[in-house]
Amino acid sequence: MAERVVPVRGGPGALHAVAAIAHRDFVKLLRDRLRLISELVFPVLLIGLLGPTLQAGFGSPSGVDLITFVFTGVLAQTIWQSTALGLISLIADREEDFSQEIFVSPISRYSIVAGKIIGESLVALPTGLGIVVVAIIIGVGMPPTTFLALLPVVVVVALYGGSFGLLIMSNISSQRAANQIFPFVMLPQFFLAGVFNPIHDLPPLLALLSALTPLRYAVELMRNVYYGTQPGLPSPEMTPAPVNLLVIAVSGVAFAVLGTRQFVRTERNR
Amino acid sequence: MAFDPPATAPTTSTPSQPIISVEGLVKRYRKAERNAVDGIGFEVGAGEFFALLGPNGAGKTTTLSILTTTLAPTSGRARIDGHDVVDAAATVRRKVGIIFQKPSVDRNLTGEENVRFHVILYGLYRYAPAYGLMDRRYRQDVETASELLGLGRDIFRPVRTYSGGMLRKLEIVRSLIHRPVVLFLDEPTTGLDAPSRRTLWDYLRVVRREHGTTIVLTSHYLEEAEQADRICVIDAGRVVAIGTPSSLKADLAREWLVVDADDRPRLRAEIDSLGLTPTGDGPFRIDVDTRSAHAILRAIETPLTLVRTHAPTLEDAYLEIVGRSEAGDG
Repeated sequence: MAERVVPVRGGPGALHAVAAIAHRDFVKLLRDRLRLISELVFPVLLIGLLGPTLQAGFGSPSGVDLITFVFTGVLAQTIWQSTALGLISLIADREEDFSQEIFVSPISRYSIVAGKIIGESLVALPTGLGIVVVAIIIGVGMPPTTFLALLPVVVVVALYGGSFGLLIMSNISSQRAANQIFPFVMLPQFFLAGVFNPIHDLPPLLALLSALTPLRYAVELMRNVYYGTQPGLPSPEMTPAPVNLLVIAVSGVAFAVLGTRQFVRTERNR
Repeated sequence: MAFDPPATAPTTSTPSQPIISVEGLVKRYRKAERNAVDGIGFEVGAGEFFALLGPNGAGKTTTLSILTTTLAPTSGRARIDGHDVVDAAATVRRKVGIIFQKPSVDRNLTGEENVRFHVILYGLYRYAPAYGLMDRRYRQDVETASELLGLGRDIFRPVRTYSGGMLRKLEIVRSLIHRPVVLFLDEPTTGLDAPSRRTLWDYLRVVRREHGTTIVLTSHYLEEAEQADRICVIDAGRVVAIGTPSSLKADLAREWLVVDADDRPRLRAEIDSLGLTPTGDGPFRIDVDTRSAHAILRAIETPLTLVRTHAPTLEDAYLEIVGRSEAGDG
């Protein structure tokens, strides 16, 4: 029996395991057309209806085009939420008992989480692409340089959403609890992150809450890059890109480490 | 209450190098009021077919979860092939295969994709995004096992379309593909029809013979456990009895005789004079311990109007053990 085994233990073996877990998530998405469509409907409605109606009602305050403003916010928010919600499948798996299969396998728990976050990020990419295509159709400017520059941002935002999702999920025991808690975690962030509203002239308390909102840094990084790559385009007030990147890097790693530790602990110490 | 295993129970016949050894295992779930597993201990020899038998909630699945490292014990220890399930969890995981109570397959994938996922997680083969790109030996293994179990080309169909029996077969292919030293099966035939059950047993027999795989099964069905080399009866988190099916039967299920006569006082006096202690005021029930029922009947001279013997089945033994421990707990 030993001669049948291809020795891919240790490092490379772990990478193969991560790839397999990510592959599984991606395949799942492709076979779940309903999820694919439903992930697109909400952002398309926001960009297609909210942007133009705001624009019609308020015009362009200080020259900022509200359609692009809403587009950049919704793109970041959708990707971030997609991976965060995708991590919920760790809970769904646990209830369907599929995670048992992963958990009795000899791979490290960190590989499981890494595979899961990468897989869910892969799942978020087609959604992001769909949003961009729809945005171009309704007239959002998208020069090739901007498009290319947005790609790495989408990846960063997806990974960040994944590590945030992991932290939340690791503290939740069931799919039902997750469904109940998620609106409370997500909805305030829509507004505090400035997905479709300005956040740079808030009263002190709201300004503080806004500064503590993880999604805000994802949204602002997206805007930094979108407006930054189009000189001459009037841009909204934004936190500088390096600040956003730093906050995302530090908090993203912290969420991932804390989330993984908590996840492993609650799985075994029931 | 814990029941002392009879002296003849072959606990001593376990090979000196057990493949599984469990000592004083305790598990109390958080917020639970009593221990789900309450000081269980047993040993299983290499290549043995061992059954954990007990009613629902006895602690079988909890024990199995600890042995397969998915659950941390509260106290006590367990070793698989010399490796502690807590300290050397990764090594233990490589050595065991498990078939869970609820099918643990991914329904969005095909059967083969589930198996592929498994072998990559176990570090046996390199990841490849398509079946045709996987290692040739893997493809051979999958096709051979799939043929053997009667899944055939269905292994390439989405799991969503599988019947209960096919799901179990897929899980068996998957759980054995990494050649585990010990295969755990948690209530494996739940929801299977008779032909599927037979295929499963036949295949397990082949696996044992060809690879010397140790098999540990949990069940609340006696017929299932009866096929094992040894049975460990668990109830309320404790080992109630342990031994071969025949020794459990011989030692735990008492044979008895029911007799009656028109002249009950005479019969009673005669039974008493034989040194037996009957129960009831007639008909009389006589427990048959050392003397054979035949010998007792021959010794009785009173004309009998009723003779009935009760030969125990293993099921009687099981029900008696479980009933006794329930009475003790109550």
